[in-house]
Amino acid sequence: MKSLSDFGFRVIQEYFLMCNKYKLFFSQKMIHSLFLINCSGDIFLEKHWKSVVSQSVCDYFFEAQEKAADVENVPPVISTPHHYLISIYRDKLFFVSVIQTEVPPLFVIEFLHRVADTFQDYFGECSEAAIKDNVVIVYELLEEMLDNGFPLATESNILKELIKPPTILRSVVNSITGSSNVGDTLPTGQLSNIPWRRAGVKYTNNEAYFDVVEEIDAIIDKSGSTVFAEIQGVIDACIKLSGMPDLSLSFMNPRLLDDVSFHPCIRFKRWESERVLSFIPPDGNFRLISYRVSSQNLVAIPVYVKHSISFKENSSCGRFDITIGPKQNMGKTIEGITVTVHMPKVVLNMNLTPTQGSYTFDPVTKVLTWDVGKITPQKLPSLKGLVNLQSGAPKPEENPSLNIQFKIQQLAISGLKVNRLDMYGEKYKPFKGVKYVTKAGKFQVRT
Amino acid sequence: MSAAPAYSEDKGGSAGPGEPEYGHDPASGGIFSSDYKRHDDLKEMLDTNKDSLKLEAMKRIVAMIARGKNASDLFPAVVKNVACKNIEVKKLVYVYLVRYAEEQQDLALLSISTFQRGLKDPNQLIRASALRVLSSIRVPIIVPIMMLAIKEAASDMSPYVRKTAAHAIPKLYSLDSDQKDQLIEVIEKLLADKTTLVAGSVVMAFEEVCPERIDLIHKNYRKLCNLLIDVEEWGQVVIISMLTRYARTQFLSPTQNESLLEENPEKAFYGSEEDEAKGPGPEEAAATALPSRKPYVMDPDHRLLLRNTKPLLQSRSAAVVMAVAQLYFHLAPKAEVGVIAKALVRLLRSHSEVQYVVLQNVATMSIKRRGMFEPYLKSFYIRSTDPTQIKVLKLEVLTNLANETNIPTVLREFQTYIRSMDKDFVAATIQAIGRCATNIGRVRDTCLNGLVQLLSNRDELVVAESVVVIKKLLQMQPAQHGEIIKHLAKLTDNIQVPMARASILWLIGEYCEHVPRIAPDVLRKMAKSFTAEEDIVKLQVINLAAKLYLTNSKQTKLLTQYVLSLAKYDQNYDIRDRARFTRQLIVPSEQGGALSRHAKKLFLAPKPAPVLESSFKDRDHFQLGSLSHLLNAKATGYQELPDWPEEAPDPSVRNVEVPEWTKCSNREKRKEKEKPFYSDSEGESGPTESADSNPESDSESDSKSSSESTSGESSSESDNEDEDEEKGRSSESEQSEEEGERKKTKKRKKVAEGHRAGSSSDEGSDSSSSSSESEVTSESEEEQVEATSWRRKTAPSSKSAAAAKEISLLDLEDFTPPSVQAVSPPMIVSTSLVTDLEGLTLTDSSLVPSLLSPVPGAGRQELLHRVAGEGLAVDYAFSRQPFPADPHMVSVHIHFSNSSENPIKGLRVGAPKLPAGISIQEFPEIESLAPGESTTAVMGINFCDSTQAANFQLCTETRQFYVSIQPPVGELMAPVFMSENEFKKEQGKLTGMNEITEKLTLPDTCRSDHIVVQKVTTTANLGRVPCGTSDEYRFAGRTLTSGSLVLLTLDARPAGAAQLTVNSEKMVIGTMLVKDVIQALTQ
Repeated sequence: MKSLSDFGFRVIQEYFLMCNKYKLFFSQKMIHSLFLINCSGDIFLEKHWKSVVSQSVCDYFFEAQEKAADVENVPPVISTPHHYLISIYRDKLFFVSVIQTEVPPLFVIEFLHRVADTFQDYFGECSEAAIKDNVVIVYELLEEMLDNGFPLATESNILKELIKPPTILRSVVNSITGSSNVGDTLPTGQLSNIPWRRAGVKYTNNEAYFDVVEEIDAIIDKSGSTVFAEIQGVIDACIKLSGMPDLSLSFMNPRLLDDVSFHPCIRFKRWESERVLSFIPPDGNFRLISYRVSSQNLVAIPVYVKHSISFKENSSCGRFDITIGPKQNMGKTIEGITVTVHMPKVVLNMNLTPTQGSYTFDPVTKVLTWDVGKITPQKLPSLKGLVNLQSGAPKPEENPSLNIQFKIQQLAISGLKVNRLDMYGEKYKPFKGVKYVTKAGKFQVRT
Repeated sequence: MSAAPAYSEDKGGSAGPGEPEYGHDPASGGIFSSDYKRHDDLKEMLDTNKDSLKLEAMKRIVAMIARGKNASDLFPAVVKNVACKNIEVKKLVYVYLVRYAEEQQDLALLSISTFQRGLKDPNQLIRASALRVLSSIRVPIIVPIMMLAIKEAASDMSPYVRKTAAHAIPKLYSLDSDQKDQLIEVIEKLLADKTTLVAGSVVMAFEEVCPERIDLIHKNYRKLCNLLIDVEEWGQVVIISMLTRYARTQFLSPTQNESLLEENPEKAFYGSEEDEAKGPGPEEAAATALPSRKPYVMDPDHRLLLRNTKPLLQSRSAAVVMAVAQLYFHLAPKAEVGVIAKALVRLLRSHSEVQYVVLQNVATMSIKRRGMFEPYLKSFYIRSTDPTQIKVLKLEVLTNLANETNIPTVLREFQTYIRSMDKDFVAATIQAIGRCATNIGRVRDTCLNGLVQLLSNRDELVVAESVVVIKKLLQMQPAQHGEIIKHLAKLTDNIQVPMARASILWLIGEYCEHVPRIAPDVLRKMAKSFTAEEDIVKLQVINLAAKLYLTNSKQTKLLTQYVLSLAKYDQNYDIRDRARFTRQLIVPSEQGGALSRHAKKLFLAPKPAPVLESSFKDRDHFQLGSLSHLLNAKATGYQELPDWPEEAPDPSVRNVEVPEWTKCSNREKRKEKEKPFYSDSEGESGPTESADSNPESDSESDSKSSSESTSGESSSESDNEDEDEEKGRSSESEQSEEEGERKKTKKRKKVAEGHRAGSSSDEGSDSSSSSSESEVTSESEEEQVEATSWRRKTAPSSKSAAAAKEISLLDLEDFTPPSVQAVSPPMIVSTSLVTDLEGLTLTDSSLVPSLLSPVPGAGRQELLHRVAGEGLAVDYAFSRQPFPADPHMVSVHIHFSNSSENPIKGLRVGAPKLPAGISIQEFPEIESLAPGESTTAVMGINFCDSTQAANFQLCTETRQFYVSIQPPVGELMAPVFMSENEFKKEQGKLTGMNEITEKLTLPDTCRSDHIVVQKVTTTANLGRVPCGTSDEYRFAGRTLTSGSLVLLTLDARPAGAAQLTVNSEKMVIGTMLVKDVIQALTQ
């Protein structure tokens, strides 16, 4: 009896050992492989950071893609028998990463977006053609960005020191001299406590530009009242300053900023105590902060839309009439207005006359785009006409919502104002500039 | 594809024909032969001596790998190039090796020696990359080599290499898990590393190799918390998620006795709404079970973690924000969790993938803590342009957030959604309405009516979904809704969606007593179409038949039998079984009588109403933000989030008992050892410094000092802490104190022992350095003036500006005997030369000499008597010469003379024991002082504008003497040249508190101009300011450290009565100066 239980115990022990071994075998973390897939479903690049994973794993992805019908609806996380696929969709490309074990999904998603950003940064666009043209650089980048599936160097300033971005001139020079575009020194930023800035920056013209861009997200209901509105702002910086400048940017009204997220270069404590952005900037273009002015504050909506869209029952036509006018625009011109409408499927064609600008209607996607341009208050732009419906089909019960784009130069709608920019640590006088723009973000009018 | 455009141009002919198939068909094996040929020329290129050809070949090979093509047959040719000089070729070879080494292990071994060599390279980049590749080659034979390399790299002086070592650990572990014990040792070592660079990587290694060894974290816990904000984003995510687990094992639950708190009136105000909605929660039950427990006090370390992660909610990285959010959700007291809502809502504006993940987590959180997201309800409103999967998730959140007060708004919003063109979304909205109706009784009727209206919708999907939801709602209160059931019954003719049909049939069967006339008719219709129905509908038809048979057997007996016979021959065995089973139950037969008597009870038993609940309920047993949570299934390698312990484990395990000072000296030593390698680059010292000093770097010191000086040491970082904070602070401030000290010692490059100064000292030096910045210009001016005065002093006879060089040589003769010249002079010569030259060119030389007095400072004072010094006598004098290395320092000339019979060797300054802010620049060591000889050395002391004594040791080879230098207040300043108008202007600014006036009577001996000026300038190092009136004397100077102006006015009346006025920001200095000057004048 005893020996039997002993035996049983041993078996169990061995089993556990085996389980352990098995588990260990799979205990590889983070990102295993990356596949780049274009819209027509071709895998045009693959990179493995550990053992090779067969391309066939992407079949699960294709399956999900088919099920989703729309590219936007492909679930970012797909579970397959042996792997997990985490994917993002950027610029008509799918970045599909293969994961074997537990990892925070946002970690991977954030990383994939960072990869796409880097491509954008290096090649000017993140497209299949650009990636194929620069496949070696892409490979070198991926090699540096991830080691054994764990991010290594993702700051653009560091990467650019390791691998120089391609330029036409450099590729010509390289092909003649045989020199390489791979740096052979350790990027100094990697080691310092300001990893985002490279050392030895030199400019003849020292400039610092800040773009305060605010976007109004709003939902306006049928009757024209605001259901929801808030302001999403960013400050993008373009800093071309020599040496190690230490900047501090202060606002006239910092309390406006309700919720702020910072570039890592910003000293948080300084913001907490004095509401001043103090930082040693990265070199080049970067997003300094993004912020939100919450819906608690009243958001000025700069445009209004009058609309009347109706479809007649049992007849194959409908009427369409929209007019746009300015409202609370702080005396600035509203420009770049575009109205986009996703018409119901039964709409065959539209026959409209704009008083201003031009319109297009794509009968396949059923998207109506009206490029309005500027608003002049004397004569409000409108778009009127008839809608041809598929005969016999029931009339659509919902009126389409209008998505509106516009732009107001030299205005931050929240009223945010930069007070001053000071520079410490360097002797020269930089050229400074701040630009304000207000745009429509996700601005939707329900009809 | 144009991966190698240059190449195809070069080799035009040979490359041409193969190109199309090479580019277009990655997977086909049919082109193997042409591939083979192609590889031949690649091999040729790799074998040439030309780097450009090699590079081209490698580029093409990498392009092949990128497309997933097999390039393994090139292995021998490629591996030869591993030692290639061209760095780009090398890198690409590495890429190739890492990809194929696993398949060709024997050949891969050829490359190992190159990497081993690389590991010893003086360049840290090469060491690191060699280790990276070596550890990435998955060849089991080299495990021992890897192990050795990792161990070595773990104690490398470059943090970058150490980081690489941390990365290599999991690689080796996955190759050979038997190395675990050794690897844990390495991890333990690296965990103790203080650089932010290493922290993230080593925690990642820890999580992969030994996540169960939580004991390794104890000692590093506080350090990790403090470093966190400076670690790069990826490391932050890993560390935070590890610390979440750690905290769950080490601290007590902050919510454990919520009920105790609830007795406080203030508590009720956030606790109530939730409890109302949920009924008595499990927490409450648990808490009431433990009424005797002593009041909960949060562990200071727990608080430390919460406090240090909070700023990261404002990170730009969504992953970091999510990591902090989950940490707060799992660890923070209920009242504090709210802070994460804002940050999470912000993420909703990010990429749609991020939205998707965040919404999933918000959905889970909003079930447990609804109040948290309620203010942001509108942020979850849906736009028609959102992707469907996002819409559905937002709907989920909206439903979770709906309560009595906001339900009208939510329902109005839902109403717009129902008209959407996206039918899947509409269906989800109907479900959501159903859930709102079940949860909030008040709106049940409204919802039901709304849903009934939807039954006339044109879209069948919408109708079907409504039916399903109505069915569930009706089940809750069927009696009042006969009408709706009738309406539904009529729909059976039109609705084709099986689920909806089945739902209607079930409803009619269940409530057939409410619709006695319609039910049999429905059955009749269904019997007719029975064979064409879907399976679920058929089952419901059988159900309906059985129920009707039991209640109304007269009308339906035949119909029932007909349906049952049809079902008996159905294709589906489920239906056949059901038919047989039903028949036995309802139709009494000879044997089965016992059961059929209870048939009515069986079929028409009152059924409990369904509970419509979120699919996200109870998902929070998975750690939020994890893959497992997202999939709602345990992913491989998921680390279970442990429950809070009942009793808190010993918190003292986290105390670092190694005395700070020994540790510090170790570090100091290490640093010294490294010095030669990194002296040229800031590489090493940068991160180490940042690692253990405050998160802010030194460059920030000015901001820090300003904030601290106003609000005190820790208030700036702890504005929103409650009283249990107090404990946390004490330990923390201790820490920061230590940090401050460490920083200080570093500055002095000396290890002091035992001396503990408060962080105030830091403030002092910080503020001084900050003010120095603004003062730079005036300072240089001052220097010039001073230089001139010095020149005048040494060569008083020469009224005109003599040749600079000559003068500086005279300086040397004055103070440094020839024997020492070799040791200290070069610097002095050159700097004084420079300042002299400056003085010559820039100052108004015709005016200055007559005004600036050439008086040296107070005479020599004894520092060490020759008896006490065993033959060594030391005097000191204030030379009033600018100290070359640091303008803030007072330069002190120290005169040594050896009156013993033996030479004194190794004379130097040792272990200064200085009050806060005071620093010393020692004189270079005097190697030997022969008997009878004497020598002079110059040292600088920054007294920080105070007359505190600088205590230090004078060390010889054999003895140490404690000495101290106390400066007269007049030596703490340097003369400034200014015009009468400037003087008056400045004096006007420094009135009130800053003005000290004293009356005195000048003795007869002291009435002449010359004597008065001389006496004043001897007492204080001030410069004379020209003055219009004859009996008024003005002097100006600046204090050395802070550069504040000191203005002295002596108004001497003919009778001897005089008035002395000193204007200075530094009141203490002013008062003391007045005292000293009066003493000097009246004696």
